[in-house]
Amino acid sequence: MSVQAFADLLERLVFTPGRNAKIALIRRWFADQPDPDRGVGLAALTGELAFTAAKPSIIRDLVASRVDPTLLALSHDYVGDLAETVALIWPECHGVNTPPPSLSEVVEGLELASRAEVPALMEGWLDTLDAGGRLALIKLVTGGLRVGASARLAKTALAEWSRQEIGEIEEVWHAVVPPYLPLFRWLEGKGPRPDAAGAPVFRPLMLAHPLEAEADIVAIEHAPAEWRAEWKWDGIRVQLTGAPGGRRLWSRTGEDISGAFPEIADAMDFHGVLDGELLVIRDGAVAPFSDLQQRLNRKVIGPKLMRDYPVAVRLYDLLLDGEEDLRSLPFTTRRARLEAWFARHAPARMDVSELIPFEKLEHLSALRDSAREASIEGLMIKRADSAYVPGRVKGLWWKWKRAPLSVDAVLMYAQRGHGKRSSYYSDYTFGLWRTNEDGTRELVPVGKAYSGFTDQELIFLDRWVRNHTTARFGPVREVEKSFVLEVIFDAAQLSSRHRSGVAMRFPRIARLRQDKPAEEADRLETLMAMVENRPG
Amino acid sequence: MPPHPETWMKVTPLGLYCEPGGFHVDPTRAVDRAVISHGHADHARPGHAAVLATPETLAIMRARFGEDRAGDTQQPLRYGESVTINGVRLTLHPAGHVLGSAQVALEWQGSRIVVSGDYKRRRDPTCAGFVPVECDVFVTEATFALPVFRHPPDSHEIRRLLDSVALFPERAHVVGAYALGKTQRIIALLREAGWDRPIHLHGAVEKLCTLYESLGVPLGALLPVPKGLKRGHPPILAGEIVIAPPSAEATPWARRLADPVTCAASGWMTVRQRAKLRAVELPLIISDHADWDELLQTIDDVRAPEVWVTHGRDDALVHALSLKGIRGRALHLVGREDEEDEGAPEALGEETTP
Ligand SMILES: [Zn+2]
Ligand SMILES: [Zn+2]
Repeated sequence: MSVQAFADLLERLVFTPGRNAKIALIRRWFADQPDPDRGVGLAALTGELAFTAAKPSIIRDLVASRVDPTLLALSHDYVGDLAETVALIWPECHGVNTPPPSLSEVVEGLELASRAEVPALMEGWLDTLDAGGRLALIKLVTGGLRVGASARLAKTALAEWSRQEIGEIEEVWHAVVPPYLPLFRWLEGKGPRPDAAGAPVFRPLMLAHPLEAEADIVAIEHAPAEWRAEWKWDGIRVQLTGAPGGRRLWSRTGEDISGAFPEIADAMDFHGVLDGELLVIRDGAVAPFSDLQQRLNRKVIGPKLMRDYPVAVRLYDLLLDGEEDLRSLPFTTRRARLEAWFARHAPARMDVSELIPFEKLEHLSALRDSAREASIEGLMIKRADSAYVPGRVKGLWWKWKRAPLSVDAVLMYAQRGHGKRSSYYSDYTFGLWRTNEDGTRELVPVGKAYSGFTDQELIFLDRWVRNHTTARFGPVREVEKSFVLEVIFDAAQLSSRHRSGVAMRFPRIARLRQDKPAEEADRLETLMAMVENRPG
Repeated sequence: MPPHPETWMKVTPLGLYCEPGGFHVDPTRAVDRAVISHGHADHARPGHAAVLATPETLAIMRARFGEDRAGDTQQPLRYGESVTINGVRLTLHPAGHVLGSAQVALEWQGSRIVVSGDYKRRRDPTCAGFVPVECDVFVTEATFALPVFRHPPDSHEIRRLLDSVALFPERAHVVGAYALGKTQRIIALLREAGWDRPIHLHGAVEKLCTLYESLGVPLGALLPVPKGLKRGHPPILAGEIVIAPPSAEATPWARRLADPVTCAASGWMTVRQRAKLRAVELPLIISDHADWDELLQTIDDVRAPEVWVTHGRDDALVHALSLKGIRGRALHLVGREDEEDEGAPEALGEETTP
């Protein structure tokens, strides 16, 4: 089967919101496609295919050689996403009678090609495909394949299709590589179970629901003794897996991030599986999330970076102690095991998340609202008897975030978004008023928000931006300073990297305030008064 | 030397006005004499004193506006036939857009202008195909005038719809389509693809289907989507195809349907973000407007040295014309919504209430 069939699958997955419908689409892929393409497709969905030879610049150069530059620029401006623009605008070459490539041909072709051969190879393939196929090919080779189907979902589809337990598939997963021929042989009853003994395996995390509904709050109020509370730290949720076959630091979605945090991997001198929060901690104090961000998406982790942004893991839970699976035990039992485990191993760069004693929920809410440290998002409230259940099961774990702060700011610039919003102006820079020494007032940009609004509001804002543009700088438009946005955010911190001297944590747009004149938007001092890391 | 069309065909706030003839083409408000290219709301308005159009367009206007508001006097003119109004010879030619849609060809003192209205070039089983007419000035729409808009073959899109119906037999497929033109074309295409089950209609698209059939366009078995179901009634129409106006899937009306797959049939579905934001699960690229290649092909076919662009992406089209050595002029006509867009009057207008 060709790339075209894979394109059809992607196209459906991208637009299908329902989990079951997605699973049905992926199941059909496993049932219909021949080897090795079905395995290559699976690897593409689970994010295990990585190409390095085909850079986006190759695609850009190829299309520039075939399309008038003005028409290309107008089209790119309209569509937003470059890969999609190229896929759509690519002039079909009549008379091409080569069949479209199969997925495995693409993978092999790129592996064997020298860097200089890649453009011609891509050009030839693009000529054989239709617009959907071209988009799939470009996204596949440049690594932009976001289809809203997680690795977990693909494995669930594999489990449903083969009637095998998903846990079994997770265990075996680490013993196989694309295109997974032994895996499919086993699932079809034609071969032995691939052996993954001793390999580090990711176990799906237990997630919390936001505590918002009155009934849920009341339930906790009535039986506080049945609940435990911890701080909700603002870092990256991780799973630590130490096994005879290796050590892994997994992200919440099961992505292997060990390479980015070698000092954590070094400290994992144990066999077991733990749940925790990755944080930058200096002298016992948790640094803001922006510090942790300095460690993300880095190609090279040098000693200076490790020294300036020292990371540690705050442990929440113990899932496996050696080979012993604790996940079905109550939280309080696992917690006692975690404390004993920690005392025994005393691993470097780790500590145990503190339990917050409380008698009444109102104590907790007071604590939560007084904790304005940027690194605390709120509280976690866990049922004392809860087993460790993968996924987001309601009624066992709650996250209780503190109420956000808010300012009324003036829209200053807009930029096209990414992904599904790339044809819309959806990233908004907003500012607050500052009075200069000579008494004049000016707007100072204080932050950027790209969420919080509804799709209808986005369409409205996009039109407003297009109709009120006063200047254009590449993808950015400056707009008339007349539109007020109510912006909510979790915390404000002093920042030397921002012109305003202040940075906002998680700013998002709460409301469009067309009723409010821009002159009445908030002043910078208002935001400054909300800063929490003010020295002295 | 014949007079240049710009000396006798004027751009006014109401749209194009033929000065010697004393009539408007597709005016945006009620006027004394109007020539109407086709029945869509941004071209055909109620309340004109005298209306000239094809017999099908007149029938559509009567069905939509009522006998009393579809023009005090109605003058039907068939494709290929001509009338002379104050010395201006007027002929209607098929535009291939919807049933009855026409290009308006005007000749005065030896110069000819063709106002094409909305048009497409590919085959449509529900209306007569576009006929290119050579002229001095060709007036064109530019709804999809960007080279990213290349509509795939209709049969390909219909196949995707039927594949989905086969894959999800427990769900109803709701195709969002305009009441006039798109609805009937999709039904006809489904029939050609062998779908012979009854097709279920939202109340807002029924009337024009009946009208099409009475004008000789067979659509096969059509059934209304049942109304007035009791609370707690099990969901209906699993495995069936339903056609509804584009915004109906977001209304309580849709709740009676079995886990509906929202399909939208529009040229805008080419761009993923547009489909995503409208929460469309199965975007179908089926358009009643010319795509980029069709626009350029048409401009070659009519051999006009000058092209006027009424609405849409005039910047790209005028640039492409300049590359061909053709003079392009953007008219910026107001009141021409981007048809097929989510904000278009026909998407949200009177016809969407069940
Ligand atoms: Zn129209
Ligand atoms: Zn129109």
